[in-house]
Amino acid sequence: MHIVVAMRQLADLVEELEVNGDGTDIDRDFVKFVSNEWDEAALEEALTIKDESAASVTVVALDEPDVDQTLYAALAKGADRAVKLTGHDPSAWVRTRERAQRIASFLAHEEFDLVLTGVQAADDLDGQLAGILGSTLDIPHAAVVVGVELTGSSLRVAQELGGGLVGVSELELPAVLGVQAARQAPRYASITRIRQAMQTQKIEEQEVSLEVTTPQVTVRRLYPPEKQGGATMLTGSAKDVATEIVNILRSKGLV
Amino acid sequence: MAIAVLVVGERVAGESPDVTFELLGRGRELADALSGELAVVVVNDLDEGAQFGIADVLYVVDGMDSASYSAPQWEAAIGAVIQRVSPQVVLVSTGTVGIDLAGALATKFNAPLASYVIDVTAQGDKLVVTSQLYGGKLLSEGEIDAFPAFVSVLPGSLPVEKGRAQGSPRVEHIDAGDQLRLSKGRGTELREPDTSGVDITSAALLVSVGRGIGSKENLELVAELAEAMKAPLSASRPVIDQGWLPKPHQVGKSGKKVKPTVYLAFGISGAPEHLEGMRSAETIIACNTDPSAPIFEVAHYGTTLDLFDLVPELTDIVGG
Ligand SMILES: Cc1cc2nc3c(=O)[nH]c(=O)nc-3n(C[C@H](O)[C@H](O)[C@H](O)COP(=O)(O)OP(=O)(O)OC[C@H]3O[C@@H](n4cnc5c(N)ncnc54)[C@H](O)[C@@H]3O)c2cc1C
Ligand SMILES: Nc1ncnc2c1ncn2[C@@H]1O[C@H](COP(=O)(O)O)[C@@H](O)[C@H]1O
Repeated sequence: MHIVVAMRQLADLVEELEVNGDGTDIDRDFVKFVSNEWDEAALEEALTIKDESAASVTVVALDEPDVDQTLYAALAKGADRAVKLTGHDPSAWVRTRERAQRIASFLAHEEFDLVLTGVQAADDLDGQLAGILGSTLDIPHAAVVVGVELTGSSLRVAQELGGGLVGVSELELPAVLGVQAARQAPRYASITRIRQAMQTQKIEEQEVSLEVTTPQVTVRRLYPPEKQGGATMLTGSAKDVATEIVNILRSKGLV
Repeated sequence: MAIAVLVVGERVAGESPDVTFELLGRGRELADALSGELAVVVVNDLDEGAQFGIADVLYVVDGMDSASYSAPQWEAAIGAVIQRVSPQVVLVSTGTVGIDLAGALATKFNAPLASYVIDVTAQGDKLVVTSQLYGGKLLSEGEIDAFPAFVSVLPGSLPVEKGRAQGSPRVEHIDAGDQLRLSKGRGTELREPDTSGVDITSAALLVSVGRGIGSKENLELVAELAEAMKAPLSASRPVIDQGWLPKPHQVGKSGKKVKPTVYLAFGISGAPEHLEGMRSAETIIACNTDPSAPIFEVAHYGTTLDLFDLVPELTDIVGG
C-alpha cells in the first residue's frame, strides 16, 4: 500500500493579510506561510494507516514559501519520503486547477493506491483539490472525509453530509480523498525530531514542466469586506468589559 | 428554450437543504437574464416537485440508490444530466455534495468554476462572482466569460424564501444507468446524527469556545464560566476535532445550527462554516484578540481582550 499525501502552504489566517499593489492577490512578501491545516489531518490519517499496516507514505508539495519546514516535519512524524515539485513560480499564487495538474503529472510516474489531501484550502477559488485531482486522474474521489477504512483492496469512507448526517460508501482503489478530520488530532513533531530529519533525510526535488491552461475566474479585485459597523466594541479593563457583558446578559434575564 | 441554469438539488435524506432554495431563487434571476430556462436536478425520485415551482424543469435521475450517498455515483448522475441538457450555468453549494462534484465536473467539462461564492449576477455576457476567501478575511470579485460555468455558493449567502414556490415544473426522467454502472463507488449506509448528550440547540445562552483556548486543560476555565452562567458549553470544529469536547457540542456547518438569545464566542475567528451555524443568534458577543477577525462582522458586541483575562472576570461577577 502506497499512500501519497498532497500538502501545501497557505497564508497564516491568524496574521494580518494585506492586498498587493494591483489589488488582485495577497501581498506574498509580507505573509507568513504555514502548512494547510486540513493537509495536516490528511497526513495524520496516512500515518495512522501506516501505523496499523505496512503502508508507505510519500508526501508531495509544490515549492512554496517555507514548504521545506512542512516536508521535514512530515518526515519527522513518520513519512517515508518527501517530494518537492518545482517548475512554477514559487512566490506566486498557484491556483488549485493548476496545482492538480502538477500533482497529477508527478503521480503519472508513481504507483500509488491512495492520495490523501485536505478537504480545502482557504484560497481554493477554483474549487477544492481532491475532486479536481480525482477527475484529472480519472479515478474515484470523495471529499469531507471523516473516516477511512482500508481492508485489502477495498476502501470504505465516511463523509459528513451536513447537519450531522454521515454517508458511508465504498470506492475502488486508487482513489483521492479530501480529508476533513483524521481519527485523531494531528501528531506533534518536536523541534529536535525535525532537526534530526533535516540532518538525516533529504527532500527529493522533481521539476514539472507544464503548460497549464484551464478556464478560470479572472480576479478583478481582492479586498477586505467592508466593515458593516456591526459590532460595538467594548473597551476598558477586563473587569469593565466583563461588567458590561454581564449587564447585557442581565438585561435579557439570562443570568 | 435552452436551459440557462441548472441547480443541483443536494438532498441526500430528509428535506432538501435550504441552500437548494437559495440557488433556485438566484438561478431564476440568472436564467431570466440569460433568456433561458431554469432547471433543477434531483438524483432520487422524490415526491416534492411541488416545492420546486420556481423552476421550469425538474430532472429526475432514475436508478440511484436513495438509501445512501456515493460521490462517484452522484458525479456520474449529475454529469449525465449536464451532458444531456448543456446548461450555461451550473449552481451547486460549497457543502459536501458540492465539494464532491463541482471541481470534478468542472474539470471533466473543462469549464471554469468559482467556489466559496456569496454573490453571483449576470452582467452582459459575463458572470460576476464574489467569493469569500481566506476564511472570510478577504473577498474576491471576479468574472467568468466561458460557458458552461460552474458556481459553488456558500450556504447561507443568498435569500432562501425567493426560491420556494408552489407549482409544477415539467418533469423529465433521465436514465443514467450506463454511467452509473461504470462508476467506481457505491454508497453503503447513511448514519443519522448523534443526538446523545448535551442539546445546545434549545439553550437561551451559549458559552462557545474556539481554538483560541489553546488546550484541553485551558478549557476548564471556560467550563467554569459556563457552569456559573448555567449555560451549556458549545464549540467550533477544531475544539471537537482535537478531542477536547464531544461532537454534540459543535456549532456550524457540520455541527448544530443554534439560535440562542445570546451567543458568547471566545477565541473563535468566525470562519464561514462556523457562521453558518450561529449567525442568526439574537445577540452575538465575541472575544477575539485579532481586531480583523471575521467574527466581528456578525457580532453585535466585541472585545479584543485576551480571553484568559476576560473569562475569569466574568466568572467572578456571575459566580460571586
Ligand atoms: C466542510 C467543512 C465543514 C466545517 N464545519 C465546521 C463546523 O461545523 N463548525 C466550525 O466551527 N467549523 C467548521 N469548519 C471549520 C472552519 O473552516 C474553521 O476552520 C473553524 O471554524 C475555525 O475554528 P476557530 O475559529 O475556533 O479557530 P481559528 O480560526 O484558528 O480561530 C481562533 C481564534 O482565536 C483567537 N485567539 C487566539 N488566542 C486568543 C486569546 N487568548 N483570546 C482571545 N482570542 C484568541 C485568534 O485571534 C483566532 O481568531 C468546517 C470546515 C469545512 C471545510
Ligand atoms: N439532507 C441533506 N442532504 C445533503 N446535503 C445536506 C443535507 N442537509 C444539509 N446538507 C448540506 O450541508 C450544508 C448545510 O446545510 P443546512 O444544514 O441545510 O444549512 C449544505 O451545504 C448542504 O449542502
